[in-house]
This record gives sequence, C-alpha cells and structure tokens, in this order.
Amino acid sequence: MGEFAIGQPVPRFEDPRLLRGGGRYVDDMAFPGMLYGFVLRSPHAHAKITRLDVTRAEAAPGVAAVLTWKDWAASGYGDLPTAKGKTKRDGSPMYRPKFPALVKDRVRYVGDPIAFIVADTYHQAQDAAELIDIDFEALPAVTSLADASKPGAPLVHDDCENNICFIYTEGDKAKADAAFTAAPIIVKKRFTISRVTAATMETRGSIGVYDAAADRYTCYTTLQRALNFREELAQTLRVPESKLRVVAGDIGGSFGMKSGVFNEVGLVLLGSKITGRPVKWVCTRSESFVADAHGRDNVADAELALDRSGKFLGLRVNNLVAMGAYTQPGTDSGAFSNVGTMAGVYTFPAGYVDVTAVYTHTNIIRPFRGNGRPEAAFVIERLVDMAADEIGMDAAEIRRINMIPPQSMPYQTALSFKYDNGEFERVLDTSLEMIDYKGFEARRAEARQRGKLRGIGMSYTIEKAGAPGYEGAEVRFDRTGSLTVVCGAVTQGQGHETVFKQIVSDTLGIHPDEIHYLQGDTDQVFFGEGTGGSRTSALGGTAVMLATNKVLDKARKIAAHMLQVDQVDYADGVFTNPKTNRSLTMKDVAKASLHPKNLPQEMEVGLNASASHYAKVQNYPNGCHIVELEIDEDTGQVEIERYVVVDDVGTVLNPKLLKGQIIGGISQGVGQMLMEEIRFDPDSGQNLTGSFMDYCMPHAEAFPHIDIKSHPVPTATNPLGVKGAGEAGCVGALPAVGNALVDALSHLGVRHVDMPATPERLWRVMDEAKRAG
Amino acid sequence: MHNFQYHRASDVNDAASKLSACDDPKLLAGGMTLLPTLKNRLAAPSDLIDLGNIAALKGIAVEGKEVVVRAMTPHAVVAASADVLKALPALASLAGNIGDPAVRHRGTIGGSVANSDPAADYPAACLGLDAVIETNKRKIAADDFFLGLFETALQEGEIITAVRFKVPDNAAYMKFRHPASGYAVVGVMVAKYGSKVRVAVTGAGPHAFRVTEMEKALEASFTPAAIANIKVSPEQLMGDIHCSAVYRSHLISVYARRAVEQMTK
Amino acid sequence: MDIDVKMTVNGKAVTGKVEPRTLLVQFIREHLRLTGTHVGCDTTQCGCCVVHVDGVAMKSCTMLAVQAEGRSVTTIEGLAAADGTLHPMQEAFREHHGLQCGFCTPGMVMMGVDIARRLPNADEKTVRHQLEGNICRCTGYQGIVEAIMDASAKMAAKA
Repeated sequence: MGEFAIGQPVPRFEDPRLLRGGGRYVDDMAFPGMLYGFVLRSPHAHAKITRLDVTRAEAAPGVAAVLTWKDWAASGYGDLPTAKGKTKRDGSPMYRPKFPALVKDRVRYVGDPIAFIVADTYHQAQDAAELIDIDFEALPAVTSLADASKPGAPLVHDDCENNICFIYTEGDKAKADAAFTAAPIIVKKRFTISRVTAATMETRGSIGVYDAAADRYTCYTTLQRALNFREELAQTLRVPESKLRVVAGDIGGSFGMKSGVFNEVGLVLLGSKITGRPVKWVCTRSESFVADAHGRDNVADAELALDRSGKFLGLRVNNLVAMGAYTQPGTDSGAFSNVGTMAGVYTFPAGYVDVTAVYTHTNIIRPFRGNGRPEAAFVIERLVDMAADEIGMDAAEIRRINMIPPQSMPYQTALSFKYDNGEFERVLDTSLEMIDYKGFEARRAEARQRGKLRGIGMSYTIEKAGAPGYEGAEVRFDRTGSLTVVCGAVTQGQGHETVFKQIVSDTLGIHPDEIHYLQGDTDQVFFGEGTGGSRTSALGGTAVMLATNKVLDKARKIAAHMLQVDQVDYADGVFTNPKTNRSLTMKDVAKASLHPKNLPQEMEVGLNASASHYAKVQNYPNGCHIVELEIDEDTGQVEIERYVVVDDVGTVLNPKLLKGQIIGGISQGVGQMLMEEIRFDPDSGQNLTGSFMDYCMPHAEAFPHIDIKSHPVPTATNPLGVKGAGEAGCVGALPAVGNALVDALSHLGVRHVDMPATPERLWRVMDEAKRAG
Repeated sequence: MHNFQYHRASDVNDAASKLSACDDPKLLAGGMTLLPTLKNRLAAPSDLIDLGNIAALKGIAVEGKEVVVRAMTPHAVVAASADVLKALPALASLAGNIGDPAVRHRGTIGGSVANSDPAADYPAACLGLDAVIETNKRKIAADDFFLGLFETALQEGEIITAVRFKVPDNAAYMKFRHPASGYAVVGVMVAKYGSKVRVAVTGAGPHAFRVTEMEKALEASFTPAAIANIKVSPEQLMGDIHCSAVYRSHLISVYARRAVEQMTK
Repeated sequence: MDIDVKMTVNGKAVTGKVEPRTLLVQFIREHLRLTGTHVGCDTTQCGCCVVHVDGVAMKSCTMLAVQAEGRSVTTIEGLAAADGTLHPMQEAFREHHGLQCGFCTPGMVMMGVDIARRLPNADEKTVRHQLEGNICRCTGYQGIVEAIMDASAKMAAKA
C-alpha cells in the first residue's frame, strides 16, 4: 500500500494553492469591461409596490442599466423553477407559487429582489439604488411558523389556504395510535428547531457573460451541482442547455445553501445581455442574511410511548416545516426525505410522522447540513432522554436496551428506512469508555465547588446518506503520461481532489503531482449530479474508481500486447510477466496507447475511460456523541469541557479529512444549539439578525479539543464500503449538547431547554426553576 | 460607502483648521467604528480628516500618580506597555480585551472615547479611573464627558489629545462579551483610591455611567457581599435580542462582584 | 478627486490612484489583483481580510487604502519564501488540516503568524482566545488551533 492509498491520512493536495492565496473564488475573477450589479431588495416582509420609478437611477453616474420585472418579462425569460410532486391532505397538488426573479407588485419577505442596478463600479450601482423612487403599501406579515397556519394569519399567497404548501406522512398511523393507547408511559414535548443560516465564509456570487455573436451564456457562480444548476438555469432562461455554460471556481463553503439557482444568477446574465458586457454580483455579508436561503425552522409536537422496563413502543410526531415565501426544486426535501431519521437506532414497532409544509413571509428554506436529519435526530434523541428521566433509567442504558442488534440487520424501522448494518452497542460502549462515563459524577461534584453546573449528554444518531442517485467520472491520460480526473461532484471544501487523487494514484501508480483534478465546468464535465446529501465518497468515489479500473483493464491489454504475452501481472504502476524480463510502466502504456501500432486490433487509441455509478440504495452512517459542559450559575454562560465521538462511516478513505468533516459538522450543530438563530420581529417581520453583529457565529473559543474514534462497519451498498460523512457531525451535536444542558439543570427541575440556549435563556431558565423551587 | 474628501492632518492645529474649514467633517482615528459605519451607509460625512500621521498624538507616559495615554495610541500598545502593566494593570487588561488582536492594532483610545459608543470599553476606564480627557482646547473630567448615546461634551472643532488616568490603589475590570459582536454587554471597572471607590459600567446603558450606590456600599465595606444585593434598575438600561435590560441589570451585579472578588483575592 | 497612493506590498513598491473611499482590501484585490486576501463580512468581525501592515495584523477591510500610504503591507501571497517554500504557518495548516473551503484561510494564516510572533508559547486556550476576530465555518477550528501551536513552536525554535 502506497503513501497515498485509501485509508492513509494524506494531507490535501488542494492546500498549497489555497494557502498561497491562489484560490479562485467567484469574486476573484475579473473580465475586461466588467460591470457590477447591486440588488435593490424589499425592506418589508409583505407589501404592495404602489410606485416604482427608476428614471433618476438610470441617469446616475456610471449606470449602464437598471432592470425591473418589465425588463425580465421583455427578455422572454421565465420564472425560476419551483418544487413539485407533493400533495395536500385531500390529494390535490401542492401549492406552487410562481417564483419571479424580480417581483412585479408584491414583496413577500425582507430581501425579495425588486430591481438590479448595473454600473461601472459597485459603489456607483449602490449610489444609484438610492435614487430609485419606490412606494410601498405595507401589509400584515407572518414570519412565525407556529402561527402561519392559524385561522386569520396573513396569507403569503392569496389563494393558498392556511399557507399550507403540502402534507407528507410516513409510517402507520393506526398501528402507532394503537401503540399509544396501550402504552403505560408516554413522554411528549413540542420541539422548536430554530431557523439558522449557512453563513458560508464566501458569500454567494455570480458573473454573467453573454456572447452575442455565439448567442451563448457563461455563468461563473457558486454552486454544488453544476449540471443540475445548468438544467434549472436553462429552464429559467428558456434556452437549450447547449447555449449555456456554468463554471464553478473554488467554492467557499456551501452546506446546501448554494445548491440553488437564485434570482441573481439570472440577473447577471440578463444584465450582460442588455449591456453587452460581463456583469458581476457578489453578495455582501449583511445582505446575505436577507438574501440567502435559510435552514431548518421546524415545530415538532412529538411523543414517545414506552413500557415500564424502558422498551419503546411507538413514536408519533406532528411536524410543521417552514418553506419560506417560495420554493425551488429540492427546497422542500427537508420536510420529507429524512423523516426516517426519527426512528433512530431503535427497535420500536410503530411510528407515524405527519408533516405540514408551510409558507411564511420569510427567506426560502434550503437544505442546510443535514437537511431534516439534525431536526429529526433532535426530536428522537431528546425524547429518549426524557423517557429515561421519566422512568429513572440511565441515558446510556435506555439506549442500549432499545438498540437494533447487529444480528437483526438488515432492519426495517417503523418509519421508512431499512438499515443494512451497524454495531450500535459497540460504538456506544467505546464512547462511554472514552469519556469515562462512570467517573462523571465526581466531575460534576467538583464543578459544583466552582459555581459551575456540569452536565453530560449523549446522542446516538443515524442518517441516510448517498440517497439513490448517480455520479460520473472520467480518467484521461494525456500525451506525456500524466492525467486528468474529472468528476461531476463539486467540492466546497470537503477535499474531493485529495480523495479522488488517492484512488487514482494508488491504482494507476501515477504520482498525485501529475494528476490534474477538474470539476464544476459544464463544458468539460460530461455527467453527474454533483455534491450534496453526504454522497460524494460513495457515489463520486465509486465512479472515479470504476473509471480508473476501466483504464487499468485497457492498460493491461495494451501491455500484454506490447510484451507479446497472454496476460500481465500488475503492481504499483508496473506491468510484468514472468516469461519476459521486459516491463512497462503505466506511463509507458499511456504514451504507447496513442499509436495504433502498439494496440491490439480494433482497440481505440488513447488511454481514457469514463464511468458512472448509480447507487440504488442509500447507506446509513451512525455514531455516538457524548459531551460534557458547564453552565455558569451566575450568568448562564456555557463552556463545553469535553466532547467525544465514535463514528461509523464505513470504510475510511482519509482519516484526516474525515475528522475535519466530523468536527466541522459538530461546530455547526453546537452553534445552532447554543447561539445561532435567525430572528424576525414578530410585528414588522424585519430580520433582526442582519449581520455578524447580531447573528452569533461560533468562534474558536466555543470548543474544547474534540476526540474522535472511528468504528468502521463497511457497507455493501457501494464497492468502496463507504458511508456518508459530511453531515454526521452536525446531526449528532444538536441533541448531544441539548441533552447535556438539560442534565446540567435537571436537579433544578428543568426538563427541556429550547435552542439556542443563549446565556440569557439559560439564566432565565435557572432563575425560573429556582423561583418555582 | 458614500464618497468623501480625504485629508491627512500634519499636526493637531492642522487638523483643527481643516475641521473648521469643512462642511460636515469627521475625524478619522483608528476607524474601527467609523469605517464600518460608513461602509453600511449609516453616515455620510463630506470630509474625513486622518489623525494617523500625527506623532505627537501617540505614546504613553507615567507622570507621578497618573498614566497619560495619548489619543492615537492603539489598544495593543496600551495592553503591552510595561509602564501601564506596572502602574495600572487593570487598564492594560481592559485594552488587551477590546475587540480582537487586529482591531487592537488599529483602534485608538481617542477614537473610542470620542465616540461614546455604549458598548466600548474605555469609557468605563475613564469614569472608573477618574480620568481627565485632554483636548486641543481644555481638560474635561470624565464625570462630565459622557452625556448620552454617542454623545459627549466635545464641542465642534475639539480634538482629544490624551486621556489622563489617576492610578488607584487597586482596580479591576470585568466584562461580559456580547455573544455575537464581542462588544461589552456589561463591563465594570471597580477602582479603589484610599477610602474612596469608583464603580463604572459600560455596555449596559446608553453611555457609560457610575453606580454610586455600589461605591458607597464598597466604601463602607470593600467586600463582594457589600454589593451582593445592589441592582441597577433595568429601566435605565438597554436591551437587544441577545441580552435584555433585565439580564444586563443582573450582569452588572455579577461583574461588579467579580471585580471586587478579584481585588480582594 | 482620486488620490495617489504609494506603499510597499510584499516587498515591492506599488502606486495607484484611488477614490478616497477605496478600502485597503479593495486596493489589494482590485488594483493589484492580489486576490488571496478575502472579504467575508462588512462589520470587521470575520478576519478573512487580515494582512500585516508594518509587521502587525490588521483588517484590511477596515482601513482606507490612503491610510496605508508609505507603509509596508504583507499579504498571504507574500508569506512564502522567495523560492516558493511555504512559511511554517502555511505548512502547519496543511499538515493539521486547518483548512477546508480555504476562504477564511489567508486571514487565519496571517493572524496565526501574528499570534506566533506575539505569543510564541501560547497554550491552546490562549490561541483559541486570540482567534476571537477570525471566523471559520468549515473546520470547527481544531486543525487551525493545532496548526498555529505547532507552527509557533517551529518559528520560535528557528528564531
């Protein structure tokens, strides 16, 4: 096994470039004659536009164009694509509002785009925006999900009754109801999963370049799925995909947020078409809070039935899920595609989840790291702790007696998922050992001496990863025997380049320095879905491996032909045969492959191959998080003191990168549980968290050193044996921290703490509990 | 950011004359508050007069029982100054915890004090350490300086040149940082001068203020217990989505007590 | 209305003509086309834009280009040795997986060097505290903190 082999902690190949300042993010790109765009956005959550006059702005210095809905309509472009497929309770189709790139006469959230100003400089575009004459008639708005379906709530779309977008159910209602009727013990709770935002360090941005002579558009942008992006954009522009090239440079984080075709993408292209020059738009940070899609925002009324021994009997959940003011393809998926996660790793026989997707006067909700998984995990894992508390059982023990044992695999849960494998109890035991679970009470007592309330909390979570789907890859040798690897997946920081190069290098014996990795350009990448949903190792990795193996197979044939033997042995990039003392390297073969004289008859010249992999079923990464934290009794401030994780993500391709994914995910889960939240003023609908001054981001100080161990149980659902790893950290962190907070305060009678558990919220919880005494 | 005319002042007199010659000018010190304000178009001065090149406005001196910090001295310099660490460690610690390291390399005491930002740290030091704010025209006692939200006793054309702190027998500054912005939600400076005690609070109200009830209690008995039950009424405090006025009131008591605890340890 | 500026950037004398409102980061990125220095926020909090001005870390988004007149600026592009060898801080970020998407990285590295120079023996808690003005959304900071501690030790040993 070579130094770059699968399983080695190989440092990333993309790093030296990024560390030298050589990243090429969309804002780093510049084109001759480039103009800059600024979006005028709605300051109201809900209003009629009664006057819109851009005459003065058009005359402002440096302004090349001011676009409104009229220009969009005149261009022949259509609305942005929306989600489809689901139904309402009566079976009628889901409510699908039009999603205009620029609104005509009605705004539906603070940030809704109204006009697009294009000028020589960004400052000039911003200056000109102040000269747009616009009047609004403010209308009542509803930003709170819990209120949006109540009678009399303001409607986001006039003909959408109760603001209900669609209904989705999962499980067996009759069976679940029967389980609850017979159950001796039921724990129930309303869990509010707060609205947060991805806050990628690189904001969204796009550059539109229209080539009038060729009648072809090029869009440089931030995305996750280049080919899907092109498909949606082509629908919007009403052009064949061949007229459109989409290019992603480096992407500065996405976590689901950048996966959509946002309004501004169309605006830079229309701006370029109208002005005849490239047009760049890059979101500012403060703008991003009102312009980006947000994540989560659920209200779950959940209950768990159990018997007196602690065995779970059934789960019932009524879940409200926010959609925002509009939908886009896939923005609705958080409401249904990971509901199965609520079954956890447990054996209960009956479950039923009823989901209502609801419009509010807020930003669109998009998948955000986990996309329904952390939300679901929080519900089940908090219920499990509440159940343990109710019957006086240890939190680890109640999990242990309800866990699906390995011998029951594959296991069909009471909801939708059928798990293929997993060794949950062993993972749990390893975690308990790592944190010294038995010694915790001594640590709690010691903390008490210092005025700190110490708590311990765990979660055992499982997710669906690599949902059925496909990915494509190519391996292309060039004339010097170096090669290019192409994949439909698009990295936003995960390190695809490194892992793909590991796979190729180890198989073909070509040094990674001689391998070029290419992604994100629809003119060059032939096939694939792109990145999202913890799928790229399983799907992209397999596709790369298959393409690599195809190349190797062909190379074997060529080598045998050249060595004039029936077959060759192959190891570490060298072809040999005991019958001859000649040998050939992979490079020799690659170079020779360009000349028909070196090839068996009828073989095509060149050493390259493409492959696609279709995953029929998902895989189920799982793991245990245990966290110890201390709450300052005086102030409510939380310090996480210890954090351990044991994960099972199947075969580990690169432990260094895996650790990075898990810890990064944890930081976002901890962020949501302790500090992050998008908040709206309930009366005005204004976004109260419109900058890093008010939206609380986790800093380095928020975390201790996190200890991670892997317990790989390879899955048979893909040839590499990998399970998804991108979202696991985030999924486990939310409930683990939530459970630890409650544990720290349980002696005061506290049974639940809502997120985000800010210092003031915890101080109030403690204060109220003490008063209630 | 709206555009403006930029002027580089060569000395304090030059700055003052430029100040009087311009329409709607602003002085530019470290720019740590002013530039973000301009970037977000919350202000649109016609002219910026940069004090950054005036050498006479930089430096620290210990003069008898006073520490003089010239207006354009960055926070990092105050925090690392051997003189300040020796004479007035509470001031060094305060300066060393403003913003973040990069902000401390640029932000200045003069800019901080002149702005009277309710969440700035230095105003608590000025009030708590009985400072005198020196300008190109006069000397103003800190007690008379902070008048309101972003409002000070500075008159038009007046430029802060230095802040003169009285060295106490003992002092401590404790603060609760805003969970999002990192600014002080509550910062309490407690200083002891013989039998006299000063307790100054920043972050919580529209401007920094003293808590005379705590001062009297501590003068009677300099113990944490002496102020355990003294509360500043939330009615005179500010609140935001992260920290309400009631919470800030509670934090003032906690952080005042912690400052006294540190001083009596 | 435009003003002439001159300064030294990564050891080279540079000049430019800028609007007074041009920020140092805009001058570096747009005039000099050194795009390694990034803009991640507009409230001086994320640290993506940290450069060294006369040897100390500053946020180039909160400084006018004209304020850098006559000063010496080092950006991420100027950190590696002349022969291309990565600076120990850059090398440590790679070794400890201190970056994922790479967007906050230039500011983190420049701040890391500043921390190492000021506090060569900083412990983990101190390093975490010193990063109060730098935000990373990908890594959870662990690799960054390990990298800064490791590189600090190496830089101190070399000095």
